[in-house]
Amino acid sequence: MEPIIRTEHLSIQFGGHKAVDKVNFEMPEKHFKSIIGPNGAGKTTFFNLLSGELKATEGDVFYKGASISKLSSIERTRIGLGRSFQITNVFPNLTVLENVRLAVQSKEKVRFHFLKHYLHYKKITEKAVELLEQVLLSNKIHAIASQLSHGEKRKLEIAMLLALDTEVLLLDEPTAGMSLEEVPAILEVIKSIKEQGNKTILLIEHKMDMILDLSDSIMVLFNGKLLADGTPTDIMNNATVQNAYLGGLYDAELVETS
Amino acid sequence: MDLLISLVINGLATGMLIFLLAAGLTLIFGLMDVLNFAHGGLFVWGAYTGVFTYAYTESFLIGIVVAILTGILFGFIMEKLIITPVYGNHVQQILITLGFMLVLQEMIKVAFGPNAIPVSVPTYLAGSWEIGEVIVIKYRVFIIIVGFIIFGIFHYILTRTKIGLIVRAGVMNKEMVQALGINIKRVFLFVFMTGASLAALGGMLMAPYSGSIYAEMGMEFAILGFIVVVIGGMGSFSGSLLAAILVGLAGSFMAYYVPFLSLAVNMILMAIVLIFRPQGLFSMIRREST
Repeated sequence: MEPIIRTEHLSIQFGGHKAVDKVNFEMPEKHFKSIIGPNGAGKTTFFNLLSGELKATEGDVFYKGASISKLSSIERTRIGLGRSFQITNVFPNLTVLENVRLAVQSKEKVRFHFLKHYLHYKKITEKAVELLEQVLLSNKIHAIASQLSHGEKRKLEIAMLLALDTEVLLLDEPTAGMSLEEVPAILEVIKSIKEQGNKTILLIEHKMDMILDLSDSIMVLFNGKLLADGTPTDIMNNATVQNAYLGGLYDAELVETS
Repeated sequence: MDLLISLVINGLATGMLIFLLAAGLTLIFGLMDVLNFAHGGLFVWGAYTGVFTYAYTESFLIGIVVAILTGILFGFIMEKLIITPVYGNHVQQILITLGFMLVLQEMIKVAFGPNAIPVSVPTYLAGSWEIGEVIVIKYRVFIIIVGFIIFGIFHYILTRTKIGLIVRAGVMNKEMVQALGINIKRVFLFVFMTGASLAALGGMLMAPYSGSIYAEMGMEFAILGFIVVVIGGMGSFSGSLLAAILVGLAGSFMAYYVPFLSLAVNMILMAIVLIFRPQGLFSMIRREST
């Protein structure tokens, strides 16, 4: 089967530094893959190359067999590559529902039907409510977004990403900056998206238990290079990975927690 | 008591005219991040085209329609030719819009002559009602009603329609609106043309109120508009109404009770607001640092 997304020698160079170095990767449709690697390994840069925020200095990105290297990030979102944002990026003064409605209606062209009350757009509102239920935010529908907790804002972001209705979801550290109590809820949300079974998901995460729980496969980036790509069991047993990354990560975590 | 009511009505009427100018300014600044110093030019062009049509057709209503159409047309041309090339560059925006303001003002003199032109109130809006001791001038009440209707319509559009949602979201974070895949450039043009038409309507309504029109009135009113935008909070539609009424009332009361302060009162108001609420009364803009 044709992979939904594929890269060929994908590279980007900042000055003399190769942040992403000749990465060849592919993933089939409706697959769940996680990207791990130490800080500075090029994970987010790799994401930016896929989503179009950055343009590759070498190599190509293919979506459903066609090169999308020349498309802007907005165009890539339109054809089906949606990414979450690492910075909290909701609209602070709108309600939770309005935020999601905006994302739902963004699929349509801008039209100037000034006097149509939004209740006429029942479908949009219904869709938004449904998405908010899925991300476990239905109790905060009419709250102003700026008053949400950090974890709730991340959930809202995921709802907005889902509203764009893209086939591929690029999730960049959805648990970043979250308190420990908030993590399980996000995990549950991502699991429910996976279980619906119609999305291809690529996830950057540091929490290994979460990755092992969710992933069909894991790829390891190290110094911009693809170090390994395989099933979670393969990766955990891979000697190179253990030396280069997992050892280092666990050391780093010990340092962080001490 | 009768004096108080008269002063309030005067203040409200002036406030509404400033509001029509400031509403466009605040949305243009809030959504498009464009400082439009030529906004007063649209105000004065609305007044002139409207008044000449009014004089020619003897219909005040047709005059108003022509003024609004002038605003829409000028707004379209301005956005396409003058504003589009300078998005994101405030210094260039100030230079080119100030320059264009002067062009608009001088073009008035070329097209309509340099002298002030007297304008009378249409007969059905002329005169006044006497309610007990109080004399209420009809035309002022008319301006106040029109102002509130305009506010109501746009408040509805902003809070209850899809396009309004895009505008409000765009004021907060237009990069994010674009990231969602919404073509915000089309919304920019719409907002600019709407703002321009409101300014032109303001100019036309102003004409019979002040009794005469002249080329420099645009600049004078635009300054009040900017003060209102600062007081109300940049990007806030409701804020601009409140601030415009505040400025109108302050002007009206000060002119009567403390005449020597009446010119300074707006500056004093703005200074007070800036000291205690530098973001304005209702700021909508909260950008994440990017």
